[in-house]
Amino acid sequence: MRFDRTPDQEFFRETTVRFLEEQAPVATLRALRDDPVGAPPDYWRRGAELGWTSLLVGDEHGGGSISGDGLADLVLVAHEFGAHAAPGPLIAANVALHALAAAGADHAATIAAGVAGDALCVWAHGEPAPDDRLGTVTGTVTPDGDDVVVDGTKRPVEAGAEADAFVVTGVTDGGVTQVLVPADAPGVTVTPLTTVDLTRRAAAVTFAGVRLPRSAVVGPLGGAAAAVRRQEQLAAILCAAETTGAMQRSFDLTVEWAFDRYSFGRPLASYQALKHRFADMKVWLEASHAASDAAAAAWSAGAPDADARASAAKAYTGEFGAELAHDCVQMHGGIGVTFEHDLHLYLRRITWDRVVYGTPADHRQRLAALLIGEAA
Amino acid sequence: MSADDVHVVDPEPVDAFRTRARSFIRANLAAVGRRGRGDFSRHLPDDEELAAVARAREVQRLLWDHDLAGVCVPREYGGLGLTPAHQQALNEELAGYEFPRHLQTPTMSPCMAVLLDFGTHEQKLRHIPAILRGEEIWIQFLSEPSSGSDVAGALTSAVRDGDEWVLNGSKVWSTGAWWSDWALCLARTNWDVPKHRGLTVFMFPIHQPAIEIQRIEMLNGNREFCQEFMTDLRVPDTDRIGEVDQGWTVGIRWMFHERMAMAHNEPVMTWPADGAAGFSGPTVLVDVAREVGRLDDPVARDLIGRSYMTSLVGEPLQRRLAEGMAGGHLSDQAASIARLHGWEVTKAAMTVPFELAGAAGGAWSDTDDTLFGLGQGFLVRQAIAIAGGTVEMARNVISERVLGMPREAASDRDVAFRDVPRGPTGRP
Repeated sequence: MRFDRTPDQEFFRETTVRFLEEQAPVATLRALRDDPVGAPPDYWRRGAELGWTSLLVGDEHGGGSISGDGLADLVLVAHEFGAHAAPGPLIAANVALHALAAAGADHAATIAAGVAGDALCVWAHGEPAPDDRLGTVTGTVTPDGDDVVVDGTKRPVEAGAEADAFVVTGVTDGGVTQVLVPADAPGVTVTPLTTVDLTRRAAAVTFAGVRLPRSAVVGPLGGAAAAVRRQEQLAAILCAAETTGAMQRSFDLTVEWAFDRYSFGRPLASYQALKHRFADMKVWLEASHAASDAAAAAWSAGAPDADARASAAKAYTGEFGAELAHDCVQMHGGIGVTFEHDLHLYLRRITWDRVVYGTPADHRQRLAALLIGEAA
Repeated sequence: MSADDVHVVDPEPVDAFRTRARSFIRANLAAVGRRGRGDFSRHLPDDEELAAVARAREVQRLLWDHDLAGVCVPREYGGLGLTPAHQQALNEELAGYEFPRHLQTPTMSPCMAVLLDFGTHEQKLRHIPAILRGEEIWIQFLSEPSSGSDVAGALTSAVRDGDEWVLNGSKVWSTGAWWSDWALCLARTNWDVPKHRGLTVFMFPIHQPAIEIQRIEMLNGNREFCQEFMTDLRVPDTDRIGEVDQGWTVGIRWMFHERMAMAHNEPVMTWPADGAAGFSGPTVLVDVAREVGRLDDPVARDLIGRSYMTSLVGEPLQRRLAEGMAGGHLSDQAASIARLHGWEVTKAAMTVPFELAGAAGGAWSDTDDTLFGLGQGFLVRQAIAIAGGTVEMARNVISERVLGMPREAASDRDVAFRDVPRGPTGRP
């Protein structure tokens, strides 16, 4: 999280923090463990009122940012989502809203409902193995007269069972197409999955001959590759920011523990073997902040290095987020692996964000391709 | 024309400064290609090294002549009195061009930075403009054979004799002492007080009969480091920096500047923006992988991608730490965070090319280009984790000074230095 937050951004962030502390304290998160939606009633709509869904959407669609840089504002929310292991499909919903808004005025009603939090539209992009590598899309969008037909499976789809609609990526004659698919369209099958996170829900969504009018296409038919790439960057950056928030909370809890816990008559914080590991964790933590914020700034600016910065942030936070979280567990000893302790709430979120929208290994492959100079 | 001749009251706008810097650089400085091959720590023959140093002095003089030297140095000492943003603009414009590399560390920082912090007005007037003109290259007489990380355990003694001090002892790890001009030296002036309270800082010319310089050959054949032996070296009291026995006050800032310099995060230093991530940068990885036909190997790509990832994080991390320290969000000691991350970047830069090269990392020929000497770079890798403060010391600083954890137990606290336990190699 950047140091140079404006007073408006800080007010916005604090409002979100207060809301999360009231609506989703750790006791509530535990209670939501088996809840099918994974959030308190009316939670998402009230979050939308705070601005969680409007930041990447222009004024013309009822959106708006706090600072003029919508992603800079949204990463503050993502950070707090990580720091509070908060419920809600923040990433999948915002990427879908961005995709719709960036494509023009064709889907105004869906955008408006999404921004208001009255309906939920999420991005359905990743596919099951062996087609689960970042950037791989094998689902199809086939033109047929005035219609398009959508086929394929997306998995995992965040909030797939709660969503009212999906922005689905598919291929059309070698090009990439995105389509807005209502969840109740014939041929759509949603199978809820169990996730590593207490409150983040996911589903496998199958599209079998789903026929929609051509007006359902988001952006150009067969010409959405660049838009999808930008959405991949966006999802990676939001995961990185959320992971950084969860790392910060895990680290803070563990530093406090190291001062309070005594063994052999001295605090854990006095042992050099542990102090040096805290130093390493502090490096990973500050580097994660820096990498996430730099990636967000590059994305907002449309900078040429946005692709590399987004993948660096995702790969770095995915690798070192998990390292830090597990090290925090280790520093706690046995209590750290219990359900009773809060640490696992953040470890879960870090773990989830590590595997979706490209694993660290996927993003390292992308970075190598970028450095080699391939049009990956 | 020196900066003193420029009669500008309002600070020059950054954009105008940048434009001015750009036209100077393009007209006067040589563009440099991709720097070096795999073993960037390999040494040049002495004549080439001396020629490189001479060119560095020339370039520094050119910067001076065009009012681009000492961007953040006060005008009364020959600088421009401008801001870190101006220095950053110069660094960005220098990307891809030669620059006075040999005058940055340790001359500009930590040596000149320490002079700025602690020197008298006369001392600054005498040395800082000369440094900015490229006439004085400085080195650090800091580490000793018996004290590396524990620099305050210095055994080099300074004994007062009228208006002079007489120094005896040995210093080590001074980079390029054989072609440098002046030294900044930490010496012991009082053995009857705890170690931090009996130190004093001096400065003196290096090339004089009382100083013998020996060059040290590193395991890869590099001979840039030196060891010096001082025998009854006489230093006038006017060349003392800071108060007598208060040398550790100077030393703390000295090491702060050293860490900032190591992290290329020092506003009195000039360093091309593209050189901040490391030496040859991640593109050398691609060259090596291509050379050995492993460009399509997913394992090779994973190594390349990870190394690129680590280096991409470096610059934003430095910027964050600088902002955090300037804004009071982070301790001044947070520069150690960049030092530790910088080691990760360099470790990857020196390990991954070797790893990619396979057996060619162990045996190469004089006609090899990309693969030449990769094994030497790997062998000497740990030098980067040691020089300028070990990574272990950085971890101590981060945990104790940034996170506030309890300090390590020490047997030399509150004990007269002469009574501190010493091993067989630590006796004066």
